[in-house]
Amino acid sequence: MLENFVTPDFYPAAAELFIAAMALIVLVADLIAGTNRRWVPALLTMVALVGAIVVTAATADGQTVQTFSRMFVDDLLADFLKLMTYLAVIMALVYSRRYMADRKLDSGEYYMLVLFATLGMMVMISASSLVTLYIGLELMSLSLYGLVAIDRDSKKATEAAMKYFVLGALASGLLLYGMSMLYGATGTLEIGGIAQALYQGNVPKTIAVFGLVFTVAGIAFKLGVVPFHMWVPDVYQGAPTAITLFLATAPKFAAFAMAMRLLVYGMFSLAEEWQHMLLIMAVLSIALGNLAAIAQTNIKRMLAYSAISHMGFMLLGLTSAVVGGQVEPFAVVNAYSSAMYYVVAYVLMSAAAFGMVMLLSRPGYEADTLDAFKGLNQRSPWFAAVMLMVMFSMAGIPFFIGFFAKFSVLLALIKAGYTSIAVIVVLFSLVGAFYYLRVVKLMYFDKPDDTSPIQAGVDMRAMLTINGLMIAFFGLFPDAIMVLCTTTLMRSL
Amino acid sequence: MIEFKTLLFYLFSAVLVLAALRVITARNPVHAVLFLVLAFFNAAGLWMLLQAEFLAITLVMVYVGAVMVLFLFVVMMLDINVERLRQGFWSYLPLGALIALLMVGEMSLVLGSGYFGAEAFPGSQVTADASNTKELARVMFTDYFFPFELASIILLVAVIVAVMLTLRKRPGNKAMHSSEQIAVQRNDRIRMVKMAVEVDAPAAKGE
Repeated sequence: MLENFVTPDFYPAAAELFIAAMALIVLVADLIAGTNRRWVPALLTMVALVGAIVVTAATADGQTVQTFSRMFVDDLLADFLKLMTYLAVIMALVYSRRYMADRKLDSGEYYMLVLFATLGMMVMISASSLVTLYIGLELMSLSLYGLVAIDRDSKKATEAAMKYFVLGALASGLLLYGMSMLYGATGTLEIGGIAQALYQGNVPKTIAVFGLVFTVAGIAFKLGVVPFHMWVPDVYQGAPTAITLFLATAPKFAAFAMAMRLLVYGMFSLAEEWQHMLLIMAVLSIALGNLAAIAQTNIKRMLAYSAISHMGFMLLGLTSAVVGGQVEPFAVVNAYSSAMYYVVAYVLMSAAAFGMVMLLSRPGYEADTLDAFKGLNQRSPWFAAVMLMVMFSMAGIPFFIGFFAKFSVLLALIKAGYTSIAVIVVLFSLVGAFYYLRVVKLMYFDKPDDTSPIQAGVDMRAMLTINGLMIAFFGLFPDAIMVLCTTTLMRSL
Repeated sequence: MIEFKTLLFYLFSAVLVLAALRVITARNPVHAVLFLVLAFFNAAGLWMLLQAEFLAITLVMVYVGAVMVLFLFVVMMLDINVERLRQGFWSYLPLGALIALLMVGEMSLVLGSGYFGAEAFPGSQVTADASNTKELARVMFTDYFFPFELASIILLVAVIVAVMLTLRKRPGNKAMHSSEQIAVQRNDRIRMVKMAVEVDAPAAKGE
C-alpha cells in the first residue's frame, strides 16, 4: 500500500524541527516557571534562535534538496533568508525586552507566539508546494494577529488586531482562490511542477493568468503595497511598538520568499504578465507612501507609510528581470538580488527606527509622536546620530545602506529599459526626503519638550549602536551583502 | 431525461444556497445557526454524491455535531442584541451586492468557457470497493505529513491565542502591589513642563 512512499529525510528541515520543539518546550517551561520567573521563557527563546542559527549554518551546504514528498526545499536562498530572519527576530527581542517588561506584556505567550511566527516564516521560506506555503503563511499570520492583540486592554491595539485579522483573512481567501485556479490549470500543487507545466505551455493560459492575478493580490497584501496597504498604517500605529518592530522586520523576508517562490520559481513563464502588475503596484506604493507620510504627526504611522513606499521599491527590483521576452541570466540574477538586498537594507533600517521609538518610551509614556524626537541631540547626541543615520539611509542619501539599496534597484530598472519609471520614483523619493529630514531637523534644531534622561538597558543601547553602525558600515562597503545576495541567487535559481 | 444523480445534485445545491442566504438574513440568531446546520447537511450530501463518504461524515460530525452545537450554546447563553448588530445592514446591502455581482459577472466572463467542465476532469478511477477513508489516511500520513503536522501547530497557536485573550483575572481588583509602589521613580510620576508665567488678575473690589 505504501509502495511509492519514501521515508522523508528530516535532515534538511532540522532547523524547523528545532524551533518547533523549542516553542513547545517554552510552552511547558513557562507553565512550570510561573509568573515570577519571566526570564525563563525569554532565555529559552534566545537559546532557540541562536541554536537555529547554528543548525541552519551547519546544514547549509549549498545543495538544493527536496524532502517531505517534495513539499519542502532546502536551498541556499532558504538558508540565507532563514539566517536573516533569525537575526531580525533576535534584534526585535533585544529591543523589546524592557518595553514589554515595563508594560507587563512579556508573558510566556509573547515568546511562544514569536517562536511560532518564526516557524511559520521558515516554512514559507522553504516551501516548494502551494500547501506548505499556505500553511506556513497561516501559521505566521495567526501568531501575528495574536501578538498585535497582546495588549488586550488597549482599545487601539484590539482594533488594529481586528482590522489585521479581517483583512488578512480576506487576503488569505484571495490567495487560496488563486492557488486553486493554478491547481486547476496545471494539475499540480508542487511549485516546480507548476513551473514545468507552464513552461511546456499546454495549460489553459487564461486560467493560469486568472490564478496569477489572485496570487499577486495575496502577495501584495502580505507585503503591504498599494492597493492592499490599508491595514499597514492602522496596525503599525495600534500595535505595541515592540510588536510593530517585529511585524515590520522578519515577516518581510518571508513575504519576499513567498513572492520569489510563487512568482519566480513557480510562474517564471508568466513573468511578462506579473511584472506589469507589480510595476503598477510599485509606482503607486512609492507615490502614495511618500505623499501620505508627509501628513503624519505620529512617527509609527509615518514609518508605516514609509514602509509602503519601501516595499514598492523592493517590488521594482522584481519587475526588471525579463525584458521583451528575453531571459538573460545575468539580468535576472541582478534584478532579484537587488530586490533581496533592498529587503535586507529595509529590515536593518526599520528595526533601528522602531528601536529608537522604544528607546525614548518609558513606563506610562509612548514616544510615538514626532514631537518626542524634539531636541534629542541635547539629550543624547549619540542616539540622535543613530537616528540621523537611519533617516538619511531611509531617504536614500549616500553613503548609507539605503542609498545602495535604492541605487541597485534603480540600476536594474534602467537596464531593463524603464528609464521613465526610474525618473518618476526618484522624484517621489525626493518628496519622501522631506519627512525624513524633518525628523533630523526636530532632533538637532528644536528645543526638547521633555528633558528627562533616557532610560534604557545596556543591551538595548548596545543593539542600537550596532544597528546604526551596520547601516553606516554596509553603506560604505555595500559589496559585502550584495555579493552574498548575488551568490545565493545564482546558486539557487 | 435527467439522471437521478443530477436531480439530487440540483436539489442539494438549491437548498444549500437558500439555507446559506437565510443564515445571513435571518433575524433570529438561533434560526441562523439552524440554517447553517441545514447548509452543512446539504454540503455533506454533495460530498456523498462525489463518493467522498469520509468527508461527508466528517463534515456532519465535526461541524454539525460539535461546532454548531457549541455555537448554539453560545448564542443562547449570550444575550446578543441582534438589531444593534444588524444596524446598517440594509444601507450597505446595495453597494455590497453591486460589487459582488460585478465580481461574479467579471469572473464568469473569464471562466465561463468551460475550462472546468465535466469533460476536462474525468471522474476518478477509484473502484467502488476502494476505501475513501483509507486513501485519505494514506496520503495524510505520508505525502502530506509535513503540512498535516504544521496544521496541528496552527491549532495549538489558535488555542494559545484564545486563552491569552480571554483568560483574565477579575476586573476592578483593587489589590495593592507594594513592590511596585516602592519601586516607583520620581520620573514615572512627575514630568517637568515649562509654562508661560501667569499673571494674577487684579483682586476684586468691595471686600
